[in-house]
Amino acid sequence: MLTHSFKLVTIIAEPVLEPRITTELRRLGATGFTVVEGRGQGSRALHAAEIPGINVRIETIVPPEVADRIVEYISKQYFADYEVIAYLSDVQVVRGEKYRRAP
Amino acid sequence: MIETLKANLLSPIPLAFALGIVTRLMRSEFSLPKDVYSALSIYLLFALGLKGGVELAHASFDSIVAPAGVTLLLGCITPLSTYAVMRYVGRFGTSDAAGMAAHYGSVSAVTFIAAQQFMQRVGAPAEGFMPTLLTLLESPGIHIALAIGAIQRNKQLLALGGDKNAHGSVREVLHEVLTGRTMVLLVGGLVVGYFMGESGWNAVSPFFESGFKGALMLFLLEMGIVAGDRLGDLKKVGPFLLAFGIVMPLLHGAIGVILGAWAGLSPGGAAVLGTMAASASYIAAPPAVRLTLPEANPTYSLTAALAITFPFNILAGIPIYYSIAQAIAT
Repeated sequence: MLTHSFKLVTIIAEPVLEPRITTELRRLGATGFTVVEGRGQGSRALHAAEIPGINVRIETIVPPEVADRIVEYISKQYFADYEVIAYLSDVQVVRGEKYRRAP
Repeated sequence: MIETLKANLLSPIPLAFALGIVTRLMRSEFSLPKDVYSALSIYLLFALGLKGGVELAHASFDSIVAPAGVTLLLGCITPLSTYAVMRYVGRFGTSDAAGMAAHYGSVSAVTFIAAQQFMQRVGAPAEGFMPTLLTLLESPGIHIALAIGAIQRNKQLLALGGDKNAHGSVREVLHEVLTGRTMVLLVGGLVVGYFMGESGWNAVSPFFESGFKGALMLFLLEMGIVAGDRLGDLKKVGPFLLAFGIVMPLLHGAIGVILGAWAGLSPGGAAVLGTMAASASYIAAPPAVRLTLPEANPTYSLTAALAITFPFNILAGIPIYYSIAQAIAT
């Protein structure tokens, strides 16, 4: 089957940042995203959730240039003050046009 | 006062709360499922709003004006005094002081409900329109505190030659506070309750009234667990914040009771208003502070609000504010 190379961007963040980050993802060129909630602890463990230890994992599949923009934005905006990590992985998808915003 | 304190400690709410703390001290893994906890808080807040709305329909405009006025005044006093004490007595930075001011300027709805239950039990029920005052007190504290924080922060950034890029816009914070669970359910409940009136309330009261105290006990059990989780952080916050978490509610509580009595509230009503002023928010304030003042350390404010002030108010504060109200009345 014909597949296309894309990037999977994974962002794990304090829940309070979810609305902000997901809004920004769309602005930066992502066509969609998935959010899951989970438990965990990072190196700081000081976030302000009502229930301690809850994090959100936000994932989006995007073209490489969009992935770079997203990671750069997240690192500039949030790494200093918040408990946030972001990483990229290579993925192969069918229906490549689904993950590319029409110019 | 000692008798009231003793009687309070052996009543359902403090006992359930204490069990929650003991559960954590025993290192039990038990906690309520997150969705059950959310559902309980929705039930409690909506029931509170509805009942308050039904009662509001009976209240005369004249009887509410003065209490509403002093409530707004309290909403200005509590964040300012918290900021001043944190900054100039505790020598904390502007962000940490402003973050704490937002927590102590806002209200803990659960503490409020506990105070109402206490007043009912001792036979001095508060006025029916108290939930309206709760919604009035909920947001000014947060906004004043965040405004102080943002202004100070921008001043510092400008002095350092940085750009004036505040993290959270006023609009975003307003949206966060006004659309939060507490405000939607309380204000929404007040409006629905007001319009549905007594007959509407009679239809739903079997659900909202008979289960209320049981649900509150379960909720307080979980709050005990959450507070117990934070007990380990007490070591991180130091003696100043420990003292702060008890002295500040006593001060704000006394001011609230005095203003309440002055505005014509009954002893029970004045004590509930005092409790509101004494309480610190740990639901609405933390996300708002996190978004606007990201460099404020949440360990300080959450530990003080949740692990010191909340238990203090539930176990001892409420009876103390009631004793002050009684002393003023006689």
